[in-house]
Amino acid sequence: MTVAFMPLAAPIDDFALARLWSGRMWGFLGIAALVIFVLVPVCNLMVPDGNAFHISEYTVTLAGKIMCYAIVALAMDLIWGYTGILSLGHGLFFALGGYAMGMYLMRSIGLDGVYKSPLPDFMVFLDWKSYPWYWKFTQNFWYCAMLVVLVPGLLALVFGFFAFRSRIKGVYFSIITQALTYAFMLLFFRNDTGFGGNNGFTDFKRILGYPITASETRMALFMLTGAVLIGFLLLGRYIVMSKLGRVLTAIRDAETRVMFSGYNPVYFKLFIWTLSAVICGIAGALYVPQVGIINPSEMSPANSIEIAIWTAVGGRGTLIGPVIGAATVNLGKSWFTQAFPEYWLYLLGLLFILVTLYLPRGIAGLWGKKG
Amino acid sequence: MGKGGRQRVCKMRSALLLAVACSVSYFISAALALPAPAIKDLAFGESDEKIHAIGTLVGSGEPAALLFLQSLLDGEVQTSGEAIVLVVKGDTAVDAYTGKVVTPLPEALDDVVVNNRMRLELTTAIAALKLSSPDRAVRLAAARDLQNNSGDAALPAIDAALAKETDPEVKGLLALTKASIDLRGGDKDKKLAAIRALGLSDTGATKTLLVLVLERKGGVYVEPDAQVRAEAQKSLAAVDKRLFIGDIAARIFSGISLGTILLLAALGLAITYGLMGVINMAHGELIMIGAYATYVVQSLFRQHAPAAFDFYPLVAVPVAFAISAGVGVVLERTVIRHLYGRPLETLLATWGLSLILIQGVRTIFGAQNVQVENPSWMSGGFEIMTNVVLPWSRVVIIAFAASVLLAVWLMLTRTRLGLYVRAVTQNRSMASALGVRTPKIDMMAFGLGSGIAGLAGCALSQIGNVGPDLGQSYIVDSFMVVVLGGVGQLAGTVYAALGLGVMNKFLEAWQGAVLAKIMILVFIIVFIQKRPQGLFALKGRAA
Repeated sequence: MTVAFMPLAAPIDDFALARLWSGRMWGFLGIAALVIFVLVPVCNLMVPDGNAFHISEYTVTLAGKIMCYAIVALAMDLIWGYTGILSLGHGLFFALGGYAMGMYLMRSIGLDGVYKSPLPDFMVFLDWKSYPWYWKFTQNFWYCAMLVVLVPGLLALVFGFFAFRSRIKGVYFSIITQALTYAFMLLFFRNDTGFGGNNGFTDFKRILGYPITASETRMALFMLTGAVLIGFLLLGRYIVMSKLGRVLTAIRDAETRVMFSGYNPVYFKLFIWTLSAVICGIAGALYVPQVGIINPSEMSPANSIEIAIWTAVGGRGTLIGPVIGAATVNLGKSWFTQAFPEYWLYLLGLLFILVTLYLPRGIAGLWGKKG
Repeated sequence: MGKGGRQRVCKMRSALLLAVACSVSYFISAALALPAPAIKDLAFGESDEKIHAIGTLVGSGEPAALLFLQSLLDGEVQTSGEAIVLVVKGDTAVDAYTGKVVTPLPEALDDVVVNNRMRLELTTAIAALKLSSPDRAVRLAAARDLQNNSGDAALPAIDAALAKETDPEVKGLLALTKASIDLRGGDKDKKLAAIRALGLSDTGATKTLLVLVLERKGGVYVEPDAQVRAEAQKSLAAVDKRLFIGDIAARIFSGISLGTILLLAALGLAITYGLMGVINMAHGELIMIGAYATYVVQSLFRQHAPAAFDFYPLVAVPVAFAISAGVGVVLERTVIRHLYGRPLETLLATWGLSLILIQGVRTIFGAQNVQVENPSWMSGGFEIMTNVVLPWSRVVIIAFAASVLLAVWLMLTRTRLGLYVRAVTQNRSMASALGVRTPKIDMMAFGLGSGIAGLAGCALSQIGNVGPDLGQSYIVDSFMVVVLGGVGQLAGTVYAALGLGVMNKFLEAWQGAVLAKIMILVFIIVFIQKRPQGLFALKGRAA
């Protein structure tokens, strides 16, 4: 990054330190860690079924799923809440991470598919005789784990470089990212693309040799997701409170002035944009083994725009807010779609409108933080 | 066939009895005209005798011959003993010689066996007989049948029909069939003549025939004669050229057709976005509402004024405009105006509005697609070349889009409202300072943009399904048009829409629909790199 002249050393004042996460906040975080790593595992694995304290598989899976969404909302907060760039394509990065992990999971099915073939069922169905080149090495878990990071990361890097370089911003950027995820959705819907078309990947059997539906495997995935969520929360906090983070916030509030101060916003934006995409990819990779399916509908523009509303509901620019938002909206969704399926869209639509009109600071803003 | 089998067949046929009854009576009156030896040969003779008899019947040209041969093909001709030939339809049996109804059915009936060779001969013979029908549709169908499967036996009939035929389409088909039969025959002169005849035609089937002549099997030409091959090459090139031109014409037309639809969808968006910088994600839903308004008008006409059904678009167009514009104004007043200057929030809020509108329509009309019927003058099409048919509905929509465009242009350039709209687009605060009531202009312009979306919906309802998700499929496309075209000038939107439409269709033919769409999106993303302001942009402060 080119720095024409050093601005006056901005003291990392106590204002910034105090603003993000009070002591009480840290307490909450500790409690959350305790719940994820001790309470839920004990209540799920050790307390017998039927006991009042038993936590069912369903609840664990739902909680794991919601934590994945929370990671995505966190990534969205970094790019939208702190840098002011609204991405309507984050579902794409999430899905790409999911597909990368899904490739490994498909390979681990082995000969247990419907057609008893070493190829995935959908390839047998297409009458393919061997894996296409881009499936090479995907039987290796670590290779796929690398793809989870690299594919969304590289895509975001290349796309972001061109977009930010030509100073596409605001609504234009949002629309272009939406077009991007839409294009990828169409691409993945094709059977010939080699990712299972409509149906995507499903029917996973095992991960790293462990049966994927076993309670212990599920619990391990759940705890891993929790750890990743907390880890990214801390990373996010570190970033936004660093000098880098303050430049990002400055870009959000007055990009031109940042440029006049001698910073080149392109690389700052590119960094946070790529990081955000990678975080999404990792969330997708954690999501797929828990939910057991990944298909192109994850890339639909509607899904990506929903991520924005989780972040908005929770409160932008607070890190913890989007986590709360993702949890609230998705818990509400899973309850509502069962209780009143035909009214969910009304509620979701109202949420979009009311939050933008009356609750611009989200749920986190309700605590009346002075700032 | 055993008795049980026949009963089963009879049962099956009894369903057809009603339809068959009239042809039976026709057969009775005309039966006596058929030459008796031919019937006898067909019923009891050896294969060669049967085929000869078919020829005799075709030569007789009697209408009854057609019915008898058809019955034979359908397995309805049965024999009893050594002399009686009956045509059995359901429970009715008619003596083939006398045409008299035979009751009761004789006990021991035997089917006249129709083997594959006979079947082919019969099909050809029936088609040949049909060729002399006075009804054009029957002749056309017969010519098509012959084209697909015909043996040398049909040649005399085709020649006879060619001499009499006046309809160009039937004649063309017949000539083609004759050429293909000639090509299979050994005579070199006939082959050359046939190939030259084929060179004048311009259908895909001709091409297949010519390619067959040039086919190689194991490095050796199937056709030994070099002169024939050279002639075929020449004809093939001529046909290819004509096909190519037709193909290009068809693609340009469908591209323009798609382009005008995109134009209609994007025009309203260009106005709302151009004026207020409002990204209205519910724009697609306003299109959808226009389509449903058309559906309602159409249903009302069908119920209350079926006689005037053909005129329903005259009512549907203003109704669609009014309803969409009304909804748009309500949205603007209640939600969007509170978010001016916050484009990202507007985007989210209007997305929320779109969800509510979609679900609202689902609640009212159900989640299923509804069918909007074209008025009769819009169905069908006209043929500009043999393989290029322009459907009337598409032509009407192109004209409709052009008139909407003209109206919008006149409104923007010739009316006071248009003047204000342009002023506010170019410099809001200055316009306001000069006394333009900008909030009112915002509302009117938003209503106008929404109304145009309604018109787009009205047009879309004529060529596709109308469902709650209709708008969703157009929103990305219409944004692409606006982004590509640039904001603030209609010309940009027009060029972008037509350009994208034609480009889409050509890429589609080359790489398939999905990849074409992806390529277009990639193109736009790259394009924005070079010209973030779009093709045309107003040089104003806002840009």
